[in-house]
Amino acid sequence: MIEDNNGQPQGQALDADIVCTGFGPAVAGFLWTLTQGLQQPEMAGVESKAVPGLPPQIVCYERADDISFGVSGVVTRARAIRASIPDLDPSAIPLAAKVRDEKLIYLLDPLGATRRPAWMRLADQLCRALSGVLGVEHEGLALPWAPEFLHKRDGFIFSLGQFNQWAGQQVMMTGLAQIWPATPVAGPLIEGEEVRGVRLAADGSEVRAALTVVGDGPVGAVGRQLDEHFGMPAGRRRDEWAVGMKMVIDLPEDSALEEGTVWHTIGFPEPEIFGFLYVHPGRVASAGIFVPSWMDSPVRTSYRYLQHFVQHPYLWRNLRGGRLRSWGAKSLLESGRRGEPYLAGDGYARIGECSGSTNVLTGSGVDEAWLTGAQLGEAVLELLRSGKPFTRENLEAGYVARRRASWLERESQVAERARNGFQWGLLPGFVGMALAGLTGGRLALPRRGEDRKPKKLADYYAGRLSRSQIERARQQAEAEARPLHDILMDLCGWPAVEYDGQLLVSHQDALLMGGKVQAPGEFPDHVVFRNPELCLRCEAHLCVEICSGEAIRVSAENPSGVPAFDREKCVHCGACLWNCPVSNIEFCAAPGGLHSAEN
Amino acid sequence: MPYQIIVCGGLAPDPLQTLEPVFDPAKPSLKNELMLPAVFDPWAAHALYEAGHLAKQHPGTVVRVVSLAPKAKLQQVMMTVAQKMPFELVALDGPGGGFTDAAAVSAALAEAISAMADLDRSRLLLFGGWESATRGAGVVMQRVAERLGITEQFLAVDELSVDADGSLVIKERIEGGRHQISRCAAPPAMLAWATGNLPEPPNHPQTGMANMRVIMPALQKAKPVALEPAIEYLRTALPAAVRQTRVVKDVPAADIAREIAEWIRQ
Repeated sequence: MIEDNNGQPQGQALDADIVCTGFGPAVAGFLWTLTQGLQQPEMAGVESKAVPGLPPQIVCYERADDISFGVSGVVTRARAIRASIPDLDPSAIPLAAKVRDEKLIYLLDPLGATRRPAWMRLADQLCRALSGVLGVEHEGLALPWAPEFLHKRDGFIFSLGQFNQWAGQQVMMTGLAQIWPATPVAGPLIEGEEVRGVRLAADGSEVRAALTVVGDGPVGAVGRQLDEHFGMPAGRRRDEWAVGMKMVIDLPEDSALEEGTVWHTIGFPEPEIFGFLYVHPGRVASAGIFVPSWMDSPVRTSYRYLQHFVQHPYLWRNLRGGRLRSWGAKSLLESGRRGEPYLAGDGYARIGECSGSTNVLTGSGVDEAWLTGAQLGEAVLELLRSGKPFTRENLEAGYVARRRASWLERESQVAERARNGFQWGLLPGFVGMALAGLTGGRLALPRRGEDRKPKKLADYYAGRLSRSQIERARQQAEAEARPLHDILMDLCGWPAVEYDGQLLVSHQDALLMGGKVQAPGEFPDHVVFRNPELCLRCEAHLCVEICSGEAIRVSAENPSGVPAFDREKCVHCGACLWNCPVSNIEFCAAPGGLHSAEN
Repeated sequence: MPYQIIVCGGLAPDPLQTLEPVFDPAKPSLKNELMLPAVFDPWAAHALYEAGHLAKQHPGTVVRVVSLAPKAKLQQVMMTVAQKMPFELVALDGPGGGFTDAAAVSAALAEAISAMADLDRSRLLLFGGWESATRGAGVVMQRVAERLGITEQFLAVDELSVDADGSLVIKERIEGGRHQISRCAAPPAMLAWATGNLPEPPNHPQTGMANMRVIMPALQKAKPVALEPAIEYLRTALPAAVRQTRVVKDVPAADIAREIAEWIRQ
């Protein structure tokens, strides 16, 4: 036997029956359904083909260092989760609460610094002029009506980390599945047109399995390599994204926010950036924003905008004096059904966000992801019981057919064209959403021929900053090795963030105090700039601006202009991957990242 | 000579988490203890890595981990620890953390070890952490050893080697930043480890899979253990942590380093 430097066996292929990549809500739903089903009497005779004589060998590999280190601000109707777990008791899951009060809030611009279109500035003026009549308070207007498709009023507020941890523990306690944290998967094993398992990043060892369940999220290595190999179905594209960034906050004693409160916000810190605030049990709240790919800023940032968001008077009256418990960020694939890949093939099936299950109209993804996993779980139980192989035909008949016949498909179709309008502009975006949502998807705005892209710096700031101001700002950013957005936002009138050391802290302190970010030593850099020449020609270095952990910087010690990557700060959100305008970033699977279990 | 190495180790909150004690005289706890991510107690982990190192040098050596912790959490943590090196698990399903009584914990551990059918005291090395990251009572290993009748006990161990005649050469930390080197003729012996000299082994998925074939059944049949409350807590508090942050601009790194050094000197 070959051994590595630590005397561990190396080079052997592992054999399993089912291997899953990534442990999020989709794979949780899959493993929950599968392990519950395997305990039923009719499954008693089913045994492993990989290790005859034993029950089916089911393994799941999760990149993060613990199954609780996921990130998501979750308010969900939990229809699928409750169907799988009829006696779901939120009190058994830390930070879970029932939704009690849900509002859609229009946030006015209290600073005069946002890039509001004329119609939104007019709306602000009207709100202020009629504040008494409309009930505007603290620069915010709780809209008297919100479309039905946005409501989650019968649902739950979760911490995804805690929900994952709870579900993972329940699955593992059955003894029928193993969930391995800190075990990134480098990619799929593809032989011909069949997926035969995965290759682990740690030592390159192969895990061979009759079925590979791909649920590694929007930027997962396995899903992306499958897309590269098999291509996308005709008409499908993955071109709409967002960075979701959130804080989990210990509320101050005098906060009036009650458990179960849910606010969805629009209008601030920029018109394109939507926000949320949910209140968990125990005087804890989650507040966060989504920075979309269709925002045309060439210096888009999440952290600074998040700090201004929580300081908006409508929120700040309840958050001032609070303390940062946790912080995190992730990429969201917002193409929805338009970004749906091949859902099944010989030896593999795709579930969850990487399968295009997120509903971009209702802003809901966790429950949909769970449902896809549960549907695949039911299909796999049938195939195991009947002894049929995991071929494309069998998986399509069992899994894809279930998915197509479910509410997920119906609602995905309604949502499919709902966001087309945002490619034209903000107002068309809202109109398009309303059209699609209120007509059940029958009416929607057409998609533009070319997607909205970040503008050139001079074009984006035209009328606000001169070319010479922008150039000086760029020189200052390079000299001080700072992201450009900070300097430009200062110049545009955004006030400096006064750190209080509790809730308003530097980005680096957020990594330490909130995200508790770590990187194990034995892995190489997982973000690689493929062709430095392309970086040298890049005007805005959007990877630097959007980086959720300030892990990518144009270093003062590296005057070549090629960004430097610091893996100790990376939260593995993957925003650099889809923000690079020339696809010059290699984003590999690696462990580490966030060590907070509360996101 | 192949050894039987038994490593006692519990769980501790992930060291990066913010801990807040919740005071209750009968049952103090940590705020949101259930939701804190856990790790294998770092002191016991050092002992485990040393056990694995010794086992590689002495073929036939068996390493067993005896762990008292809430079963679900233990299972979760084992998915990481099991990737480090080969071992077997004896799981005790009971309370963990820093508010348990050291005497009761040691009694439960000793009972579980005594119950091992193939226990060979002539080859037995009892390993554990010198103290624990949860509280650091620093007495559990001695108490376990006393209950097992092991009189050769070594505390704050940093190094173990085996001489040609089979005697154990043990380096212990003593006061004044010095080491004391002892020679123990033969097992049984108890070694409560300080940090040792070994780095944390990288995760090895194949080892983990192999380990799980024995760890999963062990977890399934984990014996429930109820620890009788024997301590009355008068107060609980975290050690005071001083955090002084100052935002500076246009200050050279050398000046910042000088200021930090001066601050440490003070």
